[in-house]
Amino acid sequence: MKAFSYERATSPADAASKAAVTPGAKFIAGGTNLLDLMKLEIETPSHLIDVNGLGVDKIEVTNNGGLRIGALVRNADLAADERVRRDYGLLSRALLAGASGQLRNKATTAGNLLQRTRCPYFYDTQQPCNKRKPGSGCSAIGGVSRQLAVVGASSACIATHPSDMAVAMRVLDAVVETVDAKGAARAIPIADFHRLPGEAPHVDTVLKPGELITAVTLPNPVGGKHIYRKVRDRASYAFALVSVAAIVQPDGSGRVALGGVAHKPWRVEAAEAELPRGAKPVTARLLADAKPTHDNAFKVTLAERALARVLAEARS
Amino acid sequence: MKFDTPAAENPIDQLKVVGRSTERIDGPLKTTGTAPYANDRHDVAANQAFGYAVCSGVAKGRITAIDASRARAAPGVLAVVTHQNAGKLGKGDRNTANLLAGPEVQHYHQAVALVVAATFEQARAAASLVRIDYTPASGSFDLAAAQASAIKPEDDGQGSPTDTAIGDFAAAFAKAPVTLDATYTTPDQSHAMMEPHASIASWDGDQLTVWTSNQMIDWGVGDLAKTLGVPKEKVRLVSPFIGGGFGGKLFVRSDALLAALGARATRRPVRVALARPQIANNTTHRPATIQRIRIGCQRDGKITAIGHESWSGDLPGGGLETAVNQTRLLYAGANRMTAMRLATLDLPEGNAMRAPGEAPGLMALEIAIDEMAQKLGMDPVAFRILNDTQEDPEKPGRPFSQRQLVKCLEVGADRFGWRGRDRRPGQVREGGWLIGTGVAAAFRNNLLTKSAARVRLDNRGVVTVETDMTDIGTGSYTIIAQTAAEMLGVPLDKVIVRLGDSNFPVSCGSGGQWGGNNSTAGVFAACMKLREAVSQKAQLDPARAVFADGQVSVGARRVPLSEAAGEQGLVAEDHIEYGDLDKRYQQSTFGAHFVEVAVDAATGEIRVRRMLAVCAAGRILNPKSARSQVIGAMTMGVGAALMEALEVDKRRGFFVNHDLAGYEVPVHADIPHQEVIFLDETDPISSPMKAKGVGELGICGVAAAVANAVHDATGVRVRDYPITLDKLLDALPV
Repeated sequence: MKAFSYERATSPADAASKAAVTPGAKFIAGGTNLLDLMKLEIETPSHLIDVNGLGVDKIEVTNNGGLRIGALVRNADLAADERVRRDYGLLSRALLAGASGQLRNKATTAGNLLQRTRCPYFYDTQQPCNKRKPGSGCSAIGGVSRQLAVVGASSACIATHPSDMAVAMRVLDAVVETVDAKGAARAIPIADFHRLPGEAPHVDTVLKPGELITAVTLPNPVGGKHIYRKVRDRASYAFALVSVAAIVQPDGSGRVALGGVAHKPWRVEAAEAELPRGAKPVTARLLADAKPTHDNAFKVTLAERALARVLAEARS
Repeated sequence: MKFDTPAAENPIDQLKVVGRSTERIDGPLKTTGTAPYANDRHDVAANQAFGYAVCSGVAKGRITAIDASRARAAPGVLAVVTHQNAGKLGKGDRNTANLLAGPEVQHYHQAVALVVAATFEQARAAASLVRIDYTPASGSFDLAAAQASAIKPEDDGQGSPTDTAIGDFAAAFAKAPVTLDATYTTPDQSHAMMEPHASIASWDGDQLTVWTSNQMIDWGVGDLAKTLGVPKEKVRLVSPFIGGGFGGKLFVRSDALLAALGARATRRPVRVALARPQIANNTTHRPATIQRIRIGCQRDGKITAIGHESWSGDLPGGGLETAVNQTRLLYAGANRMTAMRLATLDLPEGNAMRAPGEAPGLMALEIAIDEMAQKLGMDPVAFRILNDTQEDPEKPGRPFSQRQLVKCLEVGADRFGWRGRDRRPGQVREGGWLIGTGVAAAFRNNLLTKSAARVRLDNRGVVTVETDMTDIGTGSYTIIAQTAAEMLGVPLDKVIVRLGDSNFPVSCGSGGQWGGNNSTAGVFAACMKLREAVSQKAQLDPARAVFADGQVSVGARRVPLSEAAGEQGLVAEDHIEYGDLDKRYQQSTFGAHFVEVAVDAATGEIRVRRMLAVCAAGRILNPKSARSQVIGAMTMGVGAALMEALEVDKRRGFFVNHDLAGYEVPVHADIPHQEVIFLDETDPISSPMKAKGVGELGICGVAAAVANAVHDATGVRVRDYPITLDKLLDALPV
């Protein structure tokens, strides 16, 4: 871990402006991912701005009947919130499928969106990795890639985004609210928030330097059955091989996104028209451009099977 | 004490303390966090500095340049140790690769430097500033690719031949009406013990003390002295508590050597703990195997031919994974062959992990037996019972000391509800789940090895046992205390046990499930000597003296032990050593594992629903800690069956998933109801304790029982471990 300086910000705008004037600065909230990455020198911030005191830790009903989730709301609190459990069960279930109780107590809503890939080559600083060290190459391509992306990847990176929560947020059409150094706010639809790797896999999101997430808003509830199904190699405390987040309406229509298959939560709205016809045509559309590796070709079949299970559960 | 005739009745047979479920006497220390593990020992040496290892970024090659100038200039840095300034180093007898690389690099993450600084954070930060230039060399990293070039070593590394042949296997196999010829693979596995390897080293002149985490104190002293080029008597190892070893701490590893070198360089005590991501590649692992098994049977199910071949790999100078050894002993059959071959691999060092040989060997053999039973249309329990043998099948006439495999299978089948099971796979459904059950035999040899102890009796009537035996979480403290309490007729709270210090008499150490039986037998020997000394002091006939209730007595004459000990106390030291009883008799432990699984018919997710182990392993000294050992081993077996594999990058030559996020072991949610039954057994041929090992028996066969249950559930036979859902997907009925 590199030595770093540390300060506490007093307001979101204060945090953003401090970050903008300090090269190498990073925000820290729960620290459940950043601290590990710093110990391994995958992240080497020279300055940490602690945002835990900013007060953006409430869950409030919005004017149009949705929910505004403060950036600092802990994953455990969000999953347990009565309104979330009642109206956005998908989100609660996705959160509880992730990490462990201890981590969920600490991890925040914004931090969850910003967690970095779990690609093992990203984690080994002696191996080339374009995401960790731009231009150094991707050692995962041609290497051990069972956990890695099958769709939306590039010749520079086949990493996946590890979040469960983000997959549910994607299905719920969440919007990420931010503030920048000048105090200007913007609202970024979750669909646009995470990037595909392309030629710049070191850039995970569209956030500008210093831009701080203040909240995530959810539109008003859409009803339907909310199902999150996470498939992994052990029963708990493991990242998804494939996860399915779905909301299915009584008429069979609905929304679906996949986790564990791409650099971002994977949703193709056009595929959802196929939902009444079952998992096969939906998955065919969702993963039409899949280019799996030898190790992870099974994920395409697995996604279809997991979705079939979800649709069967929705009907039951 | 030489043990060369079967044990007669002795004080242990009273079973007032031994054989009773007893809470760990060190439990309060552990639950209060006060048990002194190596890396916590702030107290033992003042002014400790901290070392952080720099590990090689190439799998094979040569260091061409080291630039430590930036690291040396970093805040708090006291020294950077590399092969250039470490002085001449040897290599321990039990290490294959050097613990400090240079100029040659033999494997990925081999230690290439140690940075020592005033704080841990300073050492870690400076470690990344050490610049090492390498000329990489090409290496051999793929066992399957190296299989054809594997050679036949002189022996199996444990004094047995690599190959055996009885009768005419080829002819019998060719003639057999029902045959199986199948190949199985097991992956490299990591011990993944909770406590990382850690040491604190301190020099006082030319005397070195290392507080460490090591299963085998005397081996460690010898190999550390040899590596450093100092006399053995100048090295002291202290390891009273070990947070899991599983064979990964049988040997001195880089943490101990680097701490000693760092302490020598800085003239301060130095603490080194390996970081979790370094452990999988820096230390040892269980080597992968490729195993071919051929079985020929008569139509009635009698085995007429059984052959087992295994290929594994290791660094040059390394050894075999002895995966065929149980096949020499487990089932009858007049025509037999086994063979083991060793390929050169430039992966990290392969070595012992819980039940080396038998664990991966049974992963293959016990699937093969299940497959054969299926071919014959026989129940797999009945097939195993039919082919039981009561003598060493390679040496007809040589009996087993005890062999209750059949009873284990029968008791287990009854308790598990095995009988009446549908023999056709893929028939039982509960909603979206496919349900299956599986069975496997468990087998692990009982190893006998010399073990010494010293026992003191003081004027308060307190008994203190000292031996360099270790407790790796197994419960050694408790069974040793039980043994001394039984022998001297005192309650457990009058016994103090001190372990894991090379100043104490040399024990068997912990490994190969030999620790429990041999270490307590050594304590038995020392206690017999102490009983004699006490009797003489009390002027009682040692042959007639009774030790009970804190007193020694003959008839009406009773003397409290405190009085007999006198002001000076009494001390006795002895060891157990063995004659040829393990040559005259085959000494092994047996068991049967039964498992029920549910497999998601669509996704192939596998959930173990219940597990039962029945063990026949001699006298169980402490049923409570023995059960803990077995359920832990069963859990590890589930890991081997379903998830554990060090994934090899065959281009770059290293284990990629080298942390606990990538190397998955079972979590609580994976482990269902587990039941363990110990058959009531004593084995007087094993030792005066009439006990045997049990801690490794518990893992043997588990993975195959899970595999067989998955087959029973789905009809899909997976022969390559671990059985992950991707290997089932395409074949599932959906």
